[in-house]
Amino acid sequence: MAATAEISAGAGRVARRGSIKGSRRKALFWSYVFLVIFVIFFLTPPVYMFITSLKSSGEISAAVNPWWVFHPTLDNYTALLGQRQFLIFFRNSAVVALSVVAITMLISVPAAFALARMKFWGSATLATGVFLTYLIPESLLFIPLFKIFAFIRDTTGIELINHWWVLVILYPTLSVPFCTWIMIGYFASIPKELDEAALIDGAGYIQMLTRIFIPVALPGIIAATIFAFTVSWADFLYPLAFTTSADQLVLPVGIITTLIKGDVYNWGQIMTGSLLCAAPPLIIYAFLMDYYVAGLTAGATKG
Amino acid sequence: MAQVTLKKVVKKYDETLAVRGIDLDIFDKEFVVLVGPSGCGKSTTLRMIAGLEEITDGEVMIGGDVVNDLPPKDRDIAMVFQNYALYPHMTVFENMSFGLRLKKFPKPEIKQRVEDAARILDITELLSRKPRQLSGGQRQRVAMGRAIVRHPKVFLFDEPLSNLDAKLRVQMRTEIKKVHQKVKTTTVYVTHDQVEAMTLADRVVVMNAGTIDQVGTPNDLYHSPRTRFVAGFIGSPAMNFLPCRIEEAAGALSMRLSDTLTLPIPVSRTACYRPHAQKELVLGLRPEHITEARAHREPGTAEFTVPVEVIEPMGMETMVYFSVNGTEISARVNPADAQQPGETMRFTADLRHMHLIDPATNLVIEVPPETRGDAQSNAAAALRRSAG
Repeated sequence: MAATAEISAGAGRVARRGSIKGSRRKALFWSYVFLVIFVIFFLTPPVYMFITSLKSSGEISAAVNPWWVFHPTLDNYTALLGQRQFLIFFRNSAVVALSVVAITMLISVPAAFALARMKFWGSATLATGVFLTYLIPESLLFIPLFKIFAFIRDTTGIELINHWWVLVILYPTLSVPFCTWIMIGYFASIPKELDEAALIDGAGYIQMLTRIFIPVALPGIIAATIFAFTVSWADFLYPLAFTTSADQLVLPVGIITTLIKGDVYNWGQIMTGSLLCAAPPLIIYAFLMDYYVAGLTAGATKG
Repeated sequence: MAQVTLKKVVKKYDETLAVRGIDLDIFDKEFVVLVGPSGCGKSTTLRMIAGLEEITDGEVMIGGDVVNDLPPKDRDIAMVFQNYALYPHMTVFENMSFGLRLKKFPKPEIKQRVEDAARILDITELLSRKPRQLSGGQRQRVAMGRAIVRHPKVFLFDEPLSNLDAKLRVQMRTEIKKVHQKVKTTTVYVTHDQVEAMTLADRVVVMNAGTIDQVGTPNDLYHSPRTRFVAGFIGSPAMNFLPCRIEEAAGALSMRLSDTLTLPIPVSRTACYRPHAQKELVLGLRPEHITEARAHREPGTAEFTVPVEVIEPMGMETMVYFSVNGTEISARVNPADAQQPGETMRFTADLRHMHLIDPATNLVIEVPPETRGDAQSNAAAALRRSAG
């Protein structure tokens, strides 16, 4: 009796372990299948850009295998980086993106702290409202914004259209609501006892924010920073609509307006420009990712 | 000097009353434990003392000053939270010194105070670690350290041990008591665990449904509870409650517990229970006062025989369960004398420790102290000592 029980228990254990192993293997197999598909899908365009940027115009138009470089050249890079115009685009983009990140963080972190922690009348509604504003797409907003700018010019004489710095005013309308929303979530995940402990230790709201909340929610702040940077660096519609003169353009718009002349596409330089344009965000992600992961594990223990 | 005084303190959340006008005096250097089931208002009371909850009505005074409108940081209190609430990005040293650094204490003094506190708590070698590198017990010590370095007027503990496992909890309990004996600061401690309350407190405050049922030393609460709630809450395993009828025959009182079971009321209690003759009351008797029948019967005890239903051996003693008139009763007996389930067993009820509760008010009928079991056994012990 005892022996049979033991045998059946043993058999059950073996069978169960086998099935867990098997299902794990199956799950891993499918994960890899889809990961490979996605990697190919998303990495093909940049790889193609890189290959094309190393070709001369002649080779691009020649009917040879487009996935191989037969006569690699850095002409596109030297030509582009030698143009004053391209460097102006780059500077405009950089100044806009950095200012937007700074403005966004200065607004959204205190705003999120207030909405998440200082319970006041209407704070919950306001928090939802902040997010709702983000849901309105920019393609719906640029026409009314254009109208508003025209109105401002007519009433005050201040010209806002066709200046690169107007983007510093425009992008926060996209980045602030979203970053505030992310930060509300992060701040809400910090245990309530932590601010109570800080209150008892003698911290005011400002000290609570700067000495406790910002360091603890650093991963969230980095995520928000990355988002704000990406929005302001890569956005296409607003600069296309609001800036026209060559010296006021930012990179994404500058590349296509100056490198496409009529129906002549300077593919080599377009690809090179796009690649150079994609480099800063890549570098920033790579740099912040370490902090991001380290921060995540640090915040995970609630202490 | 830091006594804490609550005067008619009320806390109202929207329409629900969490604390219903409590009065409490906590003396300087006293260790007071607020104990009660969840939702009884004990944590709310503590948080009102801390200043983390607004006081709807009444007055809270610390060291003689009304602090109702003072923010927590100006009340000169320190609090230890249930989940420790250590700052995860700071080292232990930084955690402990945070309050002092905010108050701009000179660096050498901060260092001195943190080191002193670390020595008291035996965490000196942990000062450079982050909270995530600490075990639960160590985090608890750091949380206490953070409170100690501030040299506050009052320590507040909000269920500080409930996140620890059973063994560590007992260890930290002793630790907290030691710390209190060393630093001698007025302490208010909240817990739902009556054992913690009994072992730590100079005085225990039993709270129930937003009111204070009784304030007293652990022994007071154990031997002379004022209400049925306190009687049932303090003591483990809990007191037995049995409906009974007081009968009077030939000048002696007895309790009828069932058709077949009647227990005599000790002579010393006759005078105070006589006004309740013929009434339906509830008998309260702790399991430790129902034991196996002994050869030598002391006055004030009564014997009876009932069938055993369940036994639970605990090692040092065995819990025996039986029922009287449908009510389950537990008894603590010598393991050697415990009978098997189904067999009958002879028990002794030590009625010198009995309580009678009026079911209409749920109040324990008061008896003069000299008739109480503890007084009698103390006297008997003294007698034995002097005889020996």
